[in-house]
Amino acid sequence: MPWCRKSRQSSKPMSVPVMAEALLKAPLLKVDGLQAWYGESHILHGVDFEIGHGELVTLLGRNGAGKTTTLKSVMGIVEKRSGSVTFEGRQLVGHPSNEIARLGIAYCPEERGIFSSLNVEENLLLPPVVKPGGMSLAEIYQLFPNLEERKRSQGTKLSGGEQQMLAIGRILRTGAPLLLLDEPTEGLAPVIVQRIGEIIRELKSRGFTILLVEQNFHFAATVADRHYVMEDGRVVDMIASADVQQNIGKLQAYLGV
Amino acid sequence: MFELLGIPPQALFGQLLLGLINGAFYAMLSLGLAVIFGMLNVINFTHGAQYMMGAFAAWLMLTILDIPFWVALVLAPIVVGLFGVVLEKVMLKRIYHLDHLYGFLLTFGLALVIEGLFQWKWGSSGAPYPSPIPGGTNLGFMFLPTYRGFVVVAALVICLVTWYGIERTRLGAYLRAATENPTLVRAFGINVPRLITLTYGLGVGLAALAGVLAAPIQQVSALMGTNLVLVVFAVVVIGGMGSIMGSIVTGFGLGLVEGLTKVFYPPASNTVIFVVMAIVLLVKPAGLFGQTK
Amino acid sequence: MTAQRITGVALLVAALAAPWFAYPIFLMTALCFALFACAFNLLLGYVGLMSFGHAMFFGISGYFFGHVVKAWGMAPELGILAGVAGAAVLGAVTGALAIRRQGIYFAMITLAFAQMIYFLCVQAPFTGGEDGLQGIVRKPLLGGLIPTKDDRVLYYVVLAIFLFGYGTIYRIIHSPFGQVLKAIRDNEQRAVSLGYEADRYKLLAFVLSAALAGLAGATKAMVLQFATLTDVSAAMSGEVVLMALVGGLGTIIGPVVGAFIIITMQNYLAAAGEFVLVIQGVIFVVIVMAFRKGLVGELTDWWKSRRPAG
Repeated sequence: MPWCRKSRQSSKPMSVPVMAEALLKAPLLKVDGLQAWYGESHILHGVDFEIGHGELVTLLGRNGAGKTTTLKSVMGIVEKRSGSVTFEGRQLVGHPSNEIARLGIAYCPEERGIFSSLNVEENLLLPPVVKPGGMSLAEIYQLFPNLEERKRSQGTKLSGGEQQMLAIGRILRTGAPLLLLDEPTEGLAPVIVQRIGEIIRELKSRGFTILLVEQNFHFAATVADRHYVMEDGRVVDMIASADVQQNIGKLQAYLGV
Repeated sequence: MFELLGIPPQALFGQLLLGLINGAFYAMLSLGLAVIFGMLNVINFTHGAQYMMGAFAAWLMLTILDIPFWVALVLAPIVVGLFGVVLEKVMLKRIYHLDHLYGFLLTFGLALVIEGLFQWKWGSSGAPYPSPIPGGTNLGFMFLPTYRGFVVVAALVICLVTWYGIERTRLGAYLRAATENPTLVRAFGINVPRLITLTYGLGVGLAALAGVLAAPIQQVSALMGTNLVLVVFAVVVIGGMGSIMGSIVTGFGLGLVEGLTKVFYPPASNTVIFVVMAIVLLVKPAGLFGQTK
Repeated sequence: MTAQRITGVALLVAALAAPWFAYPIFLMTALCFALFACAFNLLLGYVGLMSFGHAMFFGISGYFFGHVVKAWGMAPELGILAGVAGAAVLGAVTGALAIRRQGIYFAMITLAFAQMIYFLCVQAPFTGGEDGLQGIVRKPLLGGLIPTKDDRVLYYVVLAIFLFGYGTIYRIIHSPFGQVLKAIRDNEQRAVSLGYEADRYKLLAFVLSAALAGLAGATKAMVLQFATLTDVSAAMSGEVVLMALVGGLGTIIGPVVGAFIIITMQNYLAAAGEFVLVIQGVIFVVIVMAFRKGLVGELTDWWKSRRPAG
């Protein structure tokens, strides 16, 4: 990736500890005035938010508020976007999704995207390792024992819950420090939602930074540090998990529940 | 000597061997066509011309540069495959978003250009390519020319290696996944556009490899792939493009059917594959190995 | 609308005067191909089905015409009828099979069937094999009322046949049947859910297109007095696609323009041999890469952009 080398050269020389400290203080992901379009329709009208290292942040909002589009725009898989998205200080807008993934961002789509022509293990091994320090296959199987039992099955023959675990497990090998999870609990039974909550907390404790899109605010409240609320393609509010109880009325109004 | 339904065994087995050889070419070509279609959404009409280019490359290497067959067998597919890479980068990649028919028309036009140019430069009469393994063995029931036996075995090996590459390797997994959902595969960090270029290059190289193998059996001529590609289309319709193994089995099987027809009812041998296609369309429209959708 | 009518009248006057300014045989050949291209375009432009085997209808009809007139010694009208009927029956059989698959498979299937017909024509006794049917004598039409030895007289007959075919296509496109065809082209599933049996409409359109291609083929055999393998070959199937594409798919006049351009080009380049194919290939590539709407389509767009509506 020549462009990231270039940006490194152009930044001022810093000593290694100073640089490390600066990087840790700066947000891992910073989104500024992000706009996005699908064909003629303008979906995002200037989204701003940021996530620090090791944080777990959710995007809340009603259907059509632009949560999924925000994830896709960060990942670079919308037709057209403008504004600024920086990851570890590097600008992502203007680069194709394969280069963005290589910088250390892993994406788990809403529709899960399990490949039917690949078996479970092939699905797990598909995303390439982009950075050292990812989980090994054995560790992933330890986290998701069901997947190991069914590793030779066709990916799409799994149950909905298992497919979701596969979709999450698949991106843990890559070593990407930032995970984008799009509605991992959608359409799943309560006991599975609970299990996914445990897994997400476990991932946070292992040091992953997570941006989670959720409709299920009760679920989100149990796992996240902070919540950004989206409406009509903008971020309209930010509520820390600790303040959720005081703001419950406001939140319910936002989400229309 | 025994006779089968009044057919002398030499004729029967001779035609079966010819059928197997034709089947080998059907299999290799339909395999490439299917893989290219899966990734590029383009039915590669240029496939026949690229098969011809493989044969021509080997013939030119031999007559001009004195490069022997066995070297050309490796070199010619690489050269023609690189030509395919250029074609993909310059033209094909600009039309993926359009209806399938534009890819079909574009590659049809390219086939006309390529075959026309070769015909203009070298005529259409064809040139012989000496057999790299002359001689043969009398098996008692038939005479087996060594090279022809080699072609059948080599084609089978090539098909199985291709199958293994697609179904059992990491690169093959990328390919299968990108055929299903290229956007997501790209978002995992895989350079899908490059994968597509590579796929086209490999598919074209496979066609050229078939062409090199064909050179010592057929005359090397500008139009040697023109009719072949039309038969291969029928083979693809019969087999369906969903399964790699399906393409291989259908290709060899139809070659044998054609060979048998030559023995029992020669006038129909040209058309039998199209008749099979009509029957398959009636009975199983999605093709023998196609997914019904 | 009036501009269109004026253009139409001007074209008709030009067509009537043409044999005094241009070689009638060339004009008749071009008209036959124009009708052939219009028949092809009825399918691709208005039903969204790309037949890559239309030469089978064009060619087989020429053979039927030749056989009826030459071997059976019957009147040319009957020859043309036989050609049209033969093409329609062939269209019904191949069409019924081909519409079982969609999209690009449809193109491959029609191409394969055309290749089968080609091989049958190479072997069948009544086609004259590699030589074709030569020297089909021109006989007077309507029981002797219209002498056809004179090229200019025959030209008006051919023009009348062309206008009949063109008018038929125009009527089909603008009839309720044509509206259903367009609905199927734009969204087959919706048309089906509205209660239309899409397959029957597609098949009927296919048979009509085949019959009109047959009309063109038989007329061409009458004009040029021979029927050969060229007219059933895959190259001919490609040529008619090219004509429609050059003129503009989905425009009713486009294929006529395209046919005249390609036939003129072939006339001028006859000496270039293999290079005609190369040039045709280049035209295919250029049109697909840059001018997908064809000449008439691009000109219409340009005209509209010059004069904004209202």
